[in-house]
Amino acid sequence: MHSIDIDLSIDHFSKIEGHGALDLKVRNNKVEYVNFKITENKRFYTTAIEGKSYMAGPALMSRICGTCSIAHLLCCIEAIENALEFEPSEQVKILRKLTMYGLMIRDHALHLYFFSLPDVLNKDSVLDLDENNPKENELVHEAFEVKASGNNLSKLIAGKAVHAPFPMVGGYTKIPEKEKLKASLEELKHVRPKILNVIKLFADWDKTLVRETTFVAQVNHDFSFLGGHIHTTKDTCILPKDYTDHLLRTVIPYSTSTGVKFEEGNYFVGALARLNLNKEALHQNTSKDAKKYIDMFPSKNVYHNNLAQAIELLHCVDHAIELLEKTEFVPEKLNIPKPKKSSGIGVIEAPRGTLYYRIDMDDTGTITGADIIVPTQQNQINIENDIKTFVEGNLELEKGQIALEIEKIIRAYDPCMSCATHFLKINWL
Amino acid sequence: MSNKKLKIGWFSFSCCEDSTIIFVEMMNDHYFKWKDLVEFRHVRVLKANNLLSDIDVAFVEGAIANDNDEKQLKEIRAVSKKLVAIGACAVKGNPSSQRNEFSEEKKKRIEPYMIRWGLNQKVKTLKDCVQVDDFVDGCPMAEEVFSNVLNKYLKEFGVV
Repeated sequence: MHSIDIDLSIDHFSKIEGHGALDLKVRNNKVEYVNFKITENKRFYTTAIEGKSYMAGPALMSRICGTCSIAHLLCCIEAIENALEFEPSEQVKILRKLTMYGLMIRDHALHLYFFSLPDVLNKDSVLDLDENNPKENELVHEAFEVKASGNNLSKLIAGKAVHAPFPMVGGYTKIPEKEKLKASLEELKHVRPKILNVIKLFADWDKTLVRETTFVAQVNHDFSFLGGHIHTTKDTCILPKDYTDHLLRTVIPYSTSTGVKFEEGNYFVGALARLNLNKEALHQNTSKDAKKYIDMFPSKNVYHNNLAQAIELLHCVDHAIELLEKTEFVPEKLNIPKPKKSSGIGVIEAPRGTLYYRIDMDDTGTITGADIIVPTQQNQINIENDIKTFVEGNLELEKGQIALEIEKIIRAYDPCMSCATHFLKINWL
Repeated sequence: MSNKKLKIGWFSFSCCEDSTIIFVEMMNDHYFKWKDLVEFRHVRVLKANNLLSDIDVAFVEGAIANDNDEKQLKEIRAVSKKLVAIGACAVKGNPSSQRNEFSEEKKKRIEPYMIRWGLNQKVKTLKDCVQVDDFVDGCPMAEEVFSNVLNKYLKEFGVV
């Protein structure tokens, strides 16, 4: 092959959450650098939370991100409750699972139908789907219906899909209304077969990009995204409280977000990691009806993050249906734990991967320090390495096509730039 | 009904993009009506091929934290007949502008980042930088207020 040089810049990624850009330089068939740049402005949330009350902290932190708002809210609550050695009631635990499922259904549906589906169908946008084409018309309707079912579940359980008011340290300020529960249950049952369609669509997408990496996820017995231990494909098992012994922040000079390494190496967090490490814990109805697709995991194909999210969609709907059918919600007073000087860790699986919170407070409950590691931070180095592998294997493509394919890889990760740039950690000077 | 569509742009600056999410969630109920009335001319969250020209109404979320953002906002203003501030950060600055009120000790701590990334000393609202025609406040934006503003411009531009 003749010698190929490429200089490529993408100024703004589209169909992702937030702002990012990329520079690529290839000389003599080798990638000299690929700079995946998060360009969001820092908003210094971990500094802003200092001095706030432990009861006000989670609502503030939920403002880090519009789309993952509920993940930040629940992870911050978990860190504070762990600090105070507080055990929430069984009903609160169920409400939190349902809160996570509402988030996951809405957020995964947004990513799958609105960001990644156009890549599968070779369209610019879901808005370009042809309403006179019965298959495409059906897909647009499905996209809005599935997304709405998550949005409505969040509104019912948490009060709102974005910056939810009901979940608090100690419990919920309101329990769901019976009549509305029925409506949500029916809506989830209605969208379930449509999700099987989208699973097939992403399973049939003939795209492969495989590279050796480590997959990391917090896993538990019911795939509820809350609680459990951190597992890896290196057969490591870590207690959430020990995460700092394994994660290493890394300065990325061209990105407003620091990167993170796992035991000195790049790694992948998100739905693909969760399916690779914990598919046995999926809901029984999901395991039965999506078996053929679940059997495709473990997988190292980065595009299978889309498929993994689609399978998680079905799991969230199935487990939410079960919880809504089985649970008789009763009025319950908010049980606010008393503050004490303490420090706590919260770790949950957010839509895009593992989210870590550490909250420190004094004996009055005033927050004195906070540290956060978000999924997109953790995936930054892996994204760059995947793009390098792709480019070196596809140098014959014309530049515009390379740019398009790079964006598809990035979208498969479902990055969230707003999340990635919230904090202050000065260690690069 | 005329065949004319309202040419809209949706943009974001320093914020969590909560109102962008609400906008996309509102489409669950309204998309099949809006698609006949609205041309999505520049909506990066939904499409890659965007046009920054001849926009009837620009909906802008987020606060302005550096000179480059202010320049981009002015470019949006220059190609838009109307500009609407969307959400608390765009309307009031907060919570993106919470660093404006940091103590001296906190300001000193964040200073290296401010310098490294060219952030301005004060985060500004949109109206501090450009003329704003309407405001949809809320964190995230209030859906009903947004609907009212959209409907107002659909009428004003002769779409309905």
